[in-house]
Amino acid sequence: MAWVLSHLGDLWTLTLAHVGLSVPAIVLGFVVSVPLGYAASRSRIARAVLFTVGNILYTIPGLALLVLVPVALGIPILNPINVVIALAIYAIAIMVRSAADAFASVDADVRQSATAQGFSAVQRFWRVELPLAGPVLLAGIRVVSVSTIALATIGALVGIPSLGSFFTDAYQRAFPTEAVVGIVLVLVLAAVFDVLLTAVGRLLMPWNRRSSALGARVSAVAVPAHAGGR
Amino acid sequence: MSIEFRHVRKTYPDGTTAVEDFSITIPSHSTTVFVGSSGCGKTTLLRMINRMVDPSAGQILIDDEDVSGIEPVALRRRIGYVMQNSGLLPHRSVIDNVATVPVLTGTPKAKARQDALGLLDRVGLDRSLANRYPGQLSGGQQQRVGVARGLAADPNILLMDEPFGAVDPIVREELQQELLRLQREIGKTTVFVTHDIDEAFLLGSQVVILERGGRIAQTGSPQEILANPASDFVAEFIGAKRGKRRLTAEERGSGDDVLLVDAGGYPAGLISAPEGRITLAGTGPLSRSISNKTDQAGDA
Repeated sequence: MAWVLSHLGDLWTLTLAHVGLSVPAIVLGFVVSVPLGYAASRSRIARAVLFTVGNILYTIPGLALLVLVPVALGIPILNPINVVIALAIYAIAIMVRSAADAFASVDADVRQSATAQGFSAVQRFWRVELPLAGPVLLAGIRVVSVSTIALATIGALVGIPSLGSFFTDAYQRAFPTEAVVGIVLVLVLAAVFDVLLTAVGRLLMPWNRRSSALGARVSAVAVPAHAGGR
Repeated sequence: MSIEFRHVRKTYPDGTTAVEDFSITIPSHSTTVFVGSSGCGKTTLLRMINRMVDPSAGQILIDDEDVSGIEPVALRRRIGYVMQNSGLLPHRSVIDNVATVPVLTGTPKAKARQDALGLLDRVGLDRSLANRYPGQLSGGQQQRVGVARGLAADPNILLMDEPFGAVDPIVREELQQELLRLQREIGKTTVFVTHDIDEAFLLGSQVVILERGGRIAQTGSPQEILANPASDFVAEFIGAKRGKRRLTAEERGSGDDVLLVDAGGYPAGLISAPEGRITLAGTGPLSRSISNKTDQAGDA
C-alpha cells in the first residue's frame, strides 16, 4: 500500500499510456471490422476468406507480432504505433466474426421492407442495417475491449510503456506487489471500459433497451462465438 | 394509374421458373387481388411492379411507361408497399416509421411527422402511440402502422403482400373492413396478394386466381368467378362445390325468409323469398347479399 501511495504518479501515467494504446486499437479494429463483417455477411466467399485469415492472425503469438509489424511497416520497434497496430490486428481477428454475426442478425423482412420503401443501398446500410446490427456489434466490441486491454500489457516486453511495465518491473526487481497492482489496474480499466461501452450502447440504442427479448438473444449469440475464438 | 403486365416471365439462375407468361391489365383506383397457393408466383409478380424483382422477359407498364426505364429507388418511393409482419423499422418510433418515405424524399422531418400524425388518424390508430417503438405494439397495430407508412407519400399505387396474414382472425377482419373503408375514401390502385380466397373475394374488385408458374386460372369480379368458375381447379379453389359456399335452400324460416345450409348441413344464413321464390339481386354482388352469419362466426 505504501508503495502504491508513493507511486501514484507512475500509476496514473502508465494507466494513461495503456489507454493511449488500447483506445486507438479498439477504434481501429472496430472501424476496419464493420465493413469487412458486412462483406462477410453478404458473400459466402468473403466470409470463408475473412474468417480463415482472422483465425490465422489470431494464432500468431503476440510477441512475434510485435516484432513482425515494424518489419512489415518499416517503423521503429519502439514506436507505440507498432503496439497499436498489433492490438488492432487481434481486435479485427475477433471483431470481423462478430460484425458478420451482427449484420446477419438483421431481420430479412426489415431489410426487404426498407428496400421496398425506397432506401438506396447506402441509405439502407447507414439508417437500417448498421443501427440494427448495433446490439450484436456492441457485444462484440465489449469482448474486443476487454481482450485488447489485457493484451496491451505485452507492449512492455518491447519497451513500450503500459500497465504491463509493472509486470516486467516486478519480474526484474523480484517485487510481486508491483505485478499485483498492475493486474488490479488492468482489471479496473477493463471494467471501466465495459461500463462506458454499455452506457454508450444504451444511449445510442434506446429502442433496444425496451425489448429485452432481443437483448437476451444478442448475448446468447455473441458471447459463446468468441469465448472459443482463441 | 393502371398497371399492365405484358408477357412477363421470370426464370431464376438456378433454372426454376416462377412465372411463365403473365399478361394482365390492372385498372386504376380499384383493388386487384392476386390469389393462389404458395409457389404460384403471386409475390414475385407483385414485386415486379416496384422492381424488387426484374422480369426475365416481358414488360410491366405503369400508365404506359415501362418500369424497367425507371430508376428502382425513385420508383419504389412513389409506390406504397405493405407487407406481412409489417416490416417496420424496429429502431424507429411509430411516427418516424410512418414518415419514412417523405423523409427519404426530402420533406423536412417536422413536417413529415406532422403529416404522419394525420395518417395515424386515417388508419384508426391513437396518436398516443406515435412515440412508441414497433415492438411495443400489437400485431394488428403494427399492420396499421404499415398501412399508414405505405400511404405516407400519397402514392397512386399501393402494393400489399399478404398484409393481414399473420394477425388473428378477429383483427384480420377488422383490418379488412378498415381497408375497404380506406379504399372507398382514397381509391388507390391497389394490388393485393393473398392465399385466402375469402379475403380475395371480400377486398377485390378484380380477382386473379393463379396456378403454379403464375398461370392465370381465372380473372374476374368475385361474382363472375363464383357464378361461373372457369375450370375444375377454380371451382375447387373457391370451394364452389363443397363447404360453406355450396348453399342449399332448406326450409321456411319466419316470414318470407328461407334458411340456407352449406354442404355440411350447417346453417349458413337466411335469404328473403317472398312467396317461396328467391329473387335475384340483379347487379349487386350476389355472393354478399346473403346475410351470411356462419361466415362471420367461422372467421371469429
